[in-house]
Amino acid sequence: MSRQQTQRLAVILITAVAVLVFIPVLLVIFYLIASGIGAINWEFLTAMPRNGMKEGGIMPAILGTLILTFGTAIVSMPVSILAAIYLAEYAKDNRLTRTIRMAIVNLAGIPSIVYGLFGLGAFVLAAGFGTSILAGALTLGIMTMPVVISTAEEAINAVPQQFRTVSQSLGATKWQTIRHQVLPHALPGILTGMILGLSRAAGETAPILFTVAAFYVPTLPSSVFDQTMALPYHLYVISTQVPGMPLSIQYGTALVLLMITLTLTLLATGVRTSVRRRRDW
Amino acid sequence: MEAKISIQNIYYTYADGNEALRNISFDVQANEVFVLFGPARSGKTTLLRLLNRLSDLTEDADFRGVITFNGSDIFGRAVDVYNLRRRISMVFAIPTPLPGSIRSNLTYGPQMAGIRDKHVLDQRVQHSLQQAALWDEVKDRLDSSAMALSGGQKQRLCLARSLAMEPEVILLDNPTSGLDPLSTSVVEETLRDLRERYTIIMVPHSVQQAARVADRAGFMLDGELIEVAQAEQMFLHPQNKRTEDYITGRFG
Repeated sequence: MSRQQTQRLAVILITAVAVLVFIPVLLVIFYLIASGIGAINWEFLTAMPRNGMKEGGIMPAILGTLILTFGTAIVSMPVSILAAIYLAEYAKDNRLTRTIRMAIVNLAGIPSIVYGLFGLGAFVLAAGFGTSILAGALTLGIMTMPVVISTAEEAINAVPQQFRTVSQSLGATKWQTIRHQVLPHALPGILTGMILGLSRAAGETAPILFTVAAFYVPTLPSSVFDQTMALPYHLYVISTQVPGMPLSIQYGTALVLLMITLTLTLLATGVRTSVRRRRDW
Repeated sequence: MEAKISIQNIYYTYADGNEALRNISFDVQANEVFVLFGPARSGKTTLLRLLNRLSDLTEDADFRGVITFNGSDIFGRAVDVYNLRRRISMVFAIPTPLPGSIRSNLTYGPQMAGIRDKHVLDQRVQHSLQQAALWDEVKDRLDSSAMALSGGQKQRLCLARSLAMEPEVILLDNPTSGLDPLSTSVVEETLRDLRERYTIIMVPHSVQQAARVADRAGFMLDGELIEVAQAEQMFLHPQNKRTEDYITGRFG
C-alpha cells in the first residue's frame, strides 16, 4: 500500500469509529420515541396515576424529579463554586490542598448506590430528616459536587491570568478581582458543568432509592420533609414491581425522563456555544 | 528636595534562584521622566513590578533592601498596598484592556476604590482619555468594546486607565513594544505632556526611544545598575565603558 492509500484508509477508519459513537445515542433516542410517543398525551403528563399506576399520568414523578433536581442545585452549587474558587485562586500546593483534591477525585469515583446508603445513614437516620426531599437533595447534591467542582475550577483557570494582574495593578483586592474579573467570565463554564451534573442527578436511581423516592404517594409533597415519587425510581418500579403494567406507559415514562436529561444537556451545550460566540477575548 | 521614589540597596531573587536584581540604589525625583534601559533580562521589569508591589503576586521570591515612596517604606506594615497601586500605577508592555466597554475599563480602578458618583466617574473618563490623547477618537463610542480598538488605541486606553486613578507615579513597561512608528510617536508625545503632572518611570523600547523621552536614565545589565545620569550625559558621554558599548550598539 502506498503512503497515500494508508493515509486514506486511516482517515476512513477513524471517521467510522467516530460515527460509531453516535449510533447508540441515536438508537436509544429513536427507539424510545418510537415506542413511547404513543403513551404521551396531556393526561399522561399532568394527571395522578390511577388503578395501581396502570392508568392515568405520571405527573407526581415528573414533579418530584424537577423538585429534586432543583434541590440538588441549591445544595451543590454554592459549595461547589466556593470550593472551586478556593482551589483555583487561593489554594497553595500543600498537604491540605492535596488532601482536598484527593477527596474530590475519590468522591467522583464512588458508586451511586454507596451515595444512597450514605444518604440513608447520614441524612435519613443520623440527621433525622427521614425519607424526604431534603435527604434526597442532600445526597444527590453531594454526588454532584465533584463534577461541578472540577468543571468550575477549569472554567476559573481558563480566565486569562493577565486579567487578574491588570485588575490588581488597578488597585483591586484579590476578592474584587475574583468577583469582577474572574467569576463573570467563568460563569458560563461553571453553569455548563452545573447543568451537566444536574442532568446526571436527575436520572439517578440508586441515591434516591433509600433517601426520598416513594413507590406511590397519593398526594403531592407539601414540604421538604415529605417523600416524593421520582421518574427514575418510578420507571424502575413499574418495569419490575408492578405485574401487568402496560408497556406503553413504561416506554412513555422512559421517554419523559430522557427528554428531561437531554434538555439539560442541550441547554449546557447551548450556553457554552452562545457565550463562546459572544466573548471577544 | 525629597525624592519621589527612593530605592536603597535592593536585592531580588526569584524562587528558582535567578538573581534578578543585585544591590540597586537610585532616586527618582518628582515630575521627571526616568528611563531604565538595558538588554533583555537585565531586571528592568522586575524592578518596575517592585515599585507598586505587583511583585507580591510572585510567590516565594526573596527581597531585601528598602524602597520608599514620598519618604515612607512601601513594604511598611501600615501600608495599604491597594492604595499604593493607585498612587503608583503600571502600564504593561502588552496592551491588555479588560473585557468590556471602553468606559468600564476606565471606571474600573476608581470604582474598586469605592467611587460611585456617576458625575465623578464620567469626569475621570473624559479627563483621562484627553490626557492620553484618545478622547477625540473614542468619545462617540465609549460604550463599545475595548477589544475592538487598534493596538495603539488599546495602549493609550491602558495609559488612560492608569491616569483615571489620578496616580502620582506612572510605571511604563515598554509601552510601545507592539506599536507601529506612528502610534509610538503619539504615545511618546503624550508622555512628554504628562510629566508636568506625573512622575514617570519607563522601560523604553529602544535606546533611541530612551534618548528621546528621558530626563534622566539608568542603564541596567544583568541585574545591576551600571550607571545613572542626566539623559544628555548618558547618551552623549556615558561614563562607563559597558554603557557606551550598549548605547553604540556593540552588544545587546
